[in-house]
Amino acid sequence: MVYLTRIEHFNAAHKLFNPAWTEAQNEAVFGKCANKNWHGHNYELYITVKGEPDPDTGLVYDVKKLSEIIKDHIIEKLDHRNLNEDVAFMKGKLCSTENLAIAIWNELGPHLPGGVLLHCIKLYETPRIYVEYFG
Amino acid sequence: MKVSVFRREHFNAAHRLFNPAWDDATNEKIFGKCSLPHYHGHNYELEIKVTGEVDPQTGFVMDLKVLSELVAENVIGKFDHRNLNLDTDEFKHTNPTAENIAIAIYNILRPHIRSDHDLVIRLYETPRNFVEYPSS
Repeated sequence: MVYLTRIEHFNAAHKLFNPAWTEAQNEAVFGKCANKNWHGHNYELYITVKGEPDPDTGLVYDVKKLSEIIKDHIIEKLDHRNLNEDVAFMKGKLCSTENLAIAIWNELGPHLPGGVLLHCIKLYETPRIYVEYFG
Repeated sequence: MKVSVFRREHFNAAHRLFNPAWDDATNEKIFGKCSLPHYHGHNYELEIKVTGEVDPQTGFVMDLKVLSELVAENVIGKFDHRNLNLDTDEFKHTNPTAENIAIAIYNILRPHIRSDHDLVIRLYETPRNFVEYPSS
């Protein structure tokens, strides 16, 4: 089994806000991240797939094709967007990096060809904060 | 003998680029995705460069703890986890491009730095796009 990773990035606004709570509760739990006018991040997205190298190509998967799939199904929907307002697959969800990583996994998985499995979504919210989701 | 000292800070903010004097189509043509109406965001990385003579008593050009506190209080406190277009006085009527943010940060810090010290602001909007003011 070989693990292949492609790195992409997107710049987005978001806020951490539970609509079932008051503003005061949101601020108590999320602090500055609950700013009602949003804040933002340059997200760095590491997508790791796994498989056996094809004996004819030596590749687990053509990484150019992987990049196109990620761009079409993920980056286009997230880049320069407001995660709370603009992204259909985040509607009704709290826009934490954790939930975003899970949502990216769920969005991407169905578009990978057979024999190429998602292994990990690693998502940096900042250079110092990242999450990993292994499905 | 002049030495330059640097301090790095960061802030995470939302913004959008648009000119209110233009229609939506013109804004989209000029600014592209950066003018999308619901804002997007960045982890801004900020480098502050102060240049001056080394003080013979301390060995410092400037105490970098003092510089860090100045930046935290006067810049990061205003911009971090904010929407630059909606939450700040500096960008009420100014487009929050990286260029204009660097100029604003310079103008905020300049009065707090000794007049015989040079000040330069370098601001990374992304790891690949950054600006410097004043330009060398």
